[in-house]
Amino acid sequence: MESATEPSPTRTLSEHESKARVRAAGVVTAPETLVPDGEGAVQAAHEIGFPVVLKLCGDAIAHKTERGLVRLGLTDDAAVRAAAAELLAAARPEDGVVNLLVARMVRGNRELIAGCLEDPTFGRCVMLGIGGIFAEALADVAFRLVPLSERDAYELIDDLSTQKLLGAFRGEPAIDRAAVAATLLALSRLFETSSEIVSIDLNPLLIADGKPIAVDALIEVREP
Amino acid sequence: MSNLALLERFAALFEPRGVVVAGASSHPGKFGFVAAHNLLAAGYAGQVFLTNREGGEILGHKTLRSIDEVPDGAADLVFICTPPATVHDLLRACAAKGIRAAFMATAGYGELGEEGKRAEQELAALCAELGILLAGPNGQGVVSMPVDLCAQIVAPIPPRGHIAIASQSGGFVQAFLNYARKTGVGVSRAVSAGNCAATSVEDYLEYFAEDTETRVSLIYVEGLSDGRAFFEKTRQATAKKPLVVFKGGTTSGGQRAAASHTGALASDDRVFDGMCRQAGLTRAHSIEEAFELAASFATHPLPRGPNVFVLTTAGGWGVVTADRISASRELRLMPIPDDLRAAFDERLPPRWSRSNPADLAGSETRDTVVECLELAAQHPEVDAVVFLGLGIQSNLGDLERHGPFYPGHGLERVVEFHARQDSRYAELALELEKRHAKPILVATELVDCQPENPGPATLRAAGSLAYPSSHRAVGALEHLLRHARRSGVAQR
Repeated sequence: MESATEPSPTRTLSEHESKARVRAAGVVTAPETLVPDGEGAVQAAHEIGFPVVLKLCGDAIAHKTERGLVRLGLTDDAAVRAAAAELLAAARPEDGVVNLLVARMVRGNRELIAGCLEDPTFGRCVMLGIGGIFAEALADVAFRLVPLSERDAYELIDDLSTQKLLGAFRGEPAIDRAAVAATLLALSRLFETSSEIVSIDLNPLLIADGKPIAVDALIEVREP
Repeated sequence: MSNLALLERFAALFEPRGVVVAGASSHPGKFGFVAAHNLLAAGYAGQVFLTNREGGEILGHKTLRSIDEVPDGAADLVFICTPPATVHDLLRACAAKGIRAAFMATAGYGELGEEGKRAEQELAALCAELGILLAGPNGQGVVSMPVDLCAQIVAPIPPRGHIAIASQSGGFVQAFLNYARKTGVGVSRAVSAGNCAATSVEDYLEYFAEDTETRVSLIYVEGLSDGRAFFEKTRQATAKKPLVVFKGGTTSGGQRAAASHTGALASDDRVFDGMCRQAGLTRAHSIEEAFELAASFATHPLPRGPNVFVLTTAGGWGVVTADRISASRELRLMPIPDDLRAAFDERLPPRWSRSNPADLAGSETRDTVVECLELAAQHPEVDAVVFLGLGIQSNLGDLERHGPFYPGHGLERVVEFHARQDSRYAELALELEKRHAKPILVATELVDCQPENPGPATLRAAGSLAYPSSHRAVGALEHLLRHARRSGVAQR
């Protein structure tokens, strides 16, 4: 066996930059704007349309939910201003340059997770799983090796055990399999053509009206 | 490599003109004795040469003192049992005699650690330089039934058949050969790949895919040194023939055991699972299932669609088989076609189930089962038949034959009738499967519980796999259909 080479250091792109990369590849994301302060956030919220979500955004911030750096369902100027002040105050010196991300609030009862990773044996893979609060307990995830064919993408969806969750559910239509497959193929193309990317995380890939929308994204890249 | 070159390269291993056992021994406790014994006992058709430094006779065969005494070009394969220190000189001498394949049972290489791995790389490099196909080291043997070759240090001699086996564990080659003996579903080739110094499990697949004696490949793997190469090679192989894979080391405990067993570290099992689906491999989750699926591919045609019809003479088996098929994401418990129901109505009293499963409800006379099985098998909407209840009559006949009232009371005649009927049903199932080119799967607990019963015994003697339960028959059918869809045989 060859001796393991020292892995080169990696860093994460900000949520805004990560989303821009996956959006360019063909993944659907909610409309969003990056602003420096509360007033900017109010103006952006008007352009995007209420209700909105506000998040603290920076290159070094990877675990926003755990740190309470997300404010959901903001319906007016006052709520946006208050949330902006709280989030900016919560920034730590090690976060570096921070901004506020204002995004359209997307509603849906179902969450998937999708992503890309390097497997030690098989190399670059695309992953799809059931997301949400029971994701860890269900551990319902499946993989395919990059590059995915269209058939691979559809079969990857079929591989999930919790198929009932993908049908018509609580007044929402069945999941649009073609749209989920398109998301998986977009991830596969992006991962195949970007050697600097180490991993991609779309978590959650929210299902709104049956369509998948990436409301958070995180890309990890290898330092040159 | 062209197909012709590939076939020729592996022919030295699987269809050699002659075989040398290097390091043959007269001591029954040594591998060098066992290898010679097994090779001779299996009746290998080509010439056998045994070398031993001391000379003398082993098992009535005069030995040669060294490879140099083997006539030029008389052997293609050398089976090596001698210690690592002797192997380089031995291989050079073999190459000089025109030997083109070496099976190395000798251990003491990569499985021992870094130093062993270096020695293994040198060994592989030497074989590449000499143009010798190297199998092993640290393997248990190679089997090739078309030429009755069993050069191995384990039992048994399997029946001839169409399953080709390559395994990172020699013990599992032995297990598969034992299952072949038990079921009657035979083997074409088998190789214990050992440490895979120069030839990996997936390399053998390239040969199996081209081999006309092989209908299905069966592999056991633990660590994979190059996952992408495995993916590409297995994908190509399974595009030509079904490939059943069983993998060990899927848990962290198993991975530690595997790392010390034959090499490399394993990744997340779910990635392997996805890779199998992507490549079109048939993944088994136990050693018994692995053999059973391979035996299913080897002996049954592929279904052209998902419609399963169940014919039973035992009601409960019919019910649970219906449950199992209904729970399947692939198969369909088809509604009974009107014309089929009408045809059954003509032949059966009204108490039969009149639906699928067709439960004949003990209403059968001499020819009813035969007629109903024929009707079901020939119906164009039926893609596969599961036939339950074979052997019930003979099972009773066996009790009557060995009970206190035999002979007399008319028992001789009925016992004989029962046995004849079950053989007849089994022969019919075989004949219909061939005539209509659709799977007719027989499931009965008697396969395990009374293997000598004329029903299952007839199928076994014909080399066809019968199942000890309907769950296993339906599970196999799911895999047959998956492969049929992948390969375009099934459109529905």
